[in-house]
Amino acid sequence: MPAAVSTGGPFESPDAAQGGVLSSLSAEDHALIERLRSGDERAFLTLVEKNHRPMVRVAMNYVSSEGVAEEVVQEAWVGILQGLGKFEGRCPLRAWMFRILINCAKMRGGREARSVPFSALEREDGEGEKRSIESFRPPDDPRWPGHWAHAPERWVDERLGDSQALVRIKAEIDKLPPNQRQVITLRDIEDWDSVEVCEALGISEANQRVLLHRARTRVRQALAGWAAEVTS
Amino acid sequence: MSVARPQDIACRELVEILTEFLDGALDEHSRTQVEQHLVLCSGCAEYLRQFRATIGVTRRLSEQDLPEQMKESLLDAFRHWRHGS
Repeated sequence: MPAAVSTGGPFESPDAAQGGVLSSLSAEDHALIERLRSGDERAFLTLVEKNHRPMVRVAMNYVSSEGVAEEVVQEAWVGILQGLGKFEGRCPLRAWMFRILINCAKMRGGREARSVPFSALEREDGEGEKRSIESFRPPDDPRWPGHWAHAPERWVDERLGDSQALVRIKAEIDKLPPNQRQVITLRDIEDWDSVEVCEALGISEANQRVLLHRARTRVRQALAGWAAEVTS
Repeated sequence: MSVARPQDIACRELVEILTEFLDGALDEHSRTQVEQHLVLCSGCAEYLRQFRATIGVTRRLSEQDLPEQMKESLLDAFRHWRHGS
């Protein structure tokens, strides 16, 4: 989709292939781009394998279903390939790819006539909130205000390797509000660093951390619920 | 400099800033408060341990394969791009 890459700025200049700005990229990104430009299919497949799933999860923030998100990601890959020859490397390759993806997803989201407004999805946050196993003393507690009333029970770490624990975590992440889901996907599932996530999603570090913290808190709580079940 | 006491920061507040703590995004004063609190409060120490364990287990969700058919169709797009450029 040509429109997907015509956002101006970083990936437009036709002379980028001459080098110049590209030299500011990491050595890893630089080598990868060279391999892609020379038609290395192995390099392309590795890129797809590493990024396709997180791209789908991010796209789902803007469209109504996983099926549509898959289509958006396919479009994005075409846009990425079209832009690759002109990519100047002013930001990391991955962040650039995700910006193209988000452009595609926003366009598709717009075409879907916004049947599900983002604000409506936001409200799911409260509904998903479960009663915590742990609790705190009230703020007017005479001795230890805001300290543990019921501190967390110890987990049996060996059980965390169970596939059931993973199933529980995945289910909880799927239930998160989309903006929390995309941040925890990139930070904790895909192991991106904070700066890269902010560049790709166009959000501030502080905002990103708030979303990540809420998401992690929910996932830990789900895991605590599971740990309590298997040890009781 | 006075020694931080566990009550300088409440457990309820501490659990809200753990992501900032783990990212190294807290100012020095807050970070010291958190560290001192963790030494003396077994509940929060356990919570932090679980928080880290959660991140570790979440990481394992990335081990997923893509359907062959999808890889093939993307590879086609790549070949097409090569020949078109």
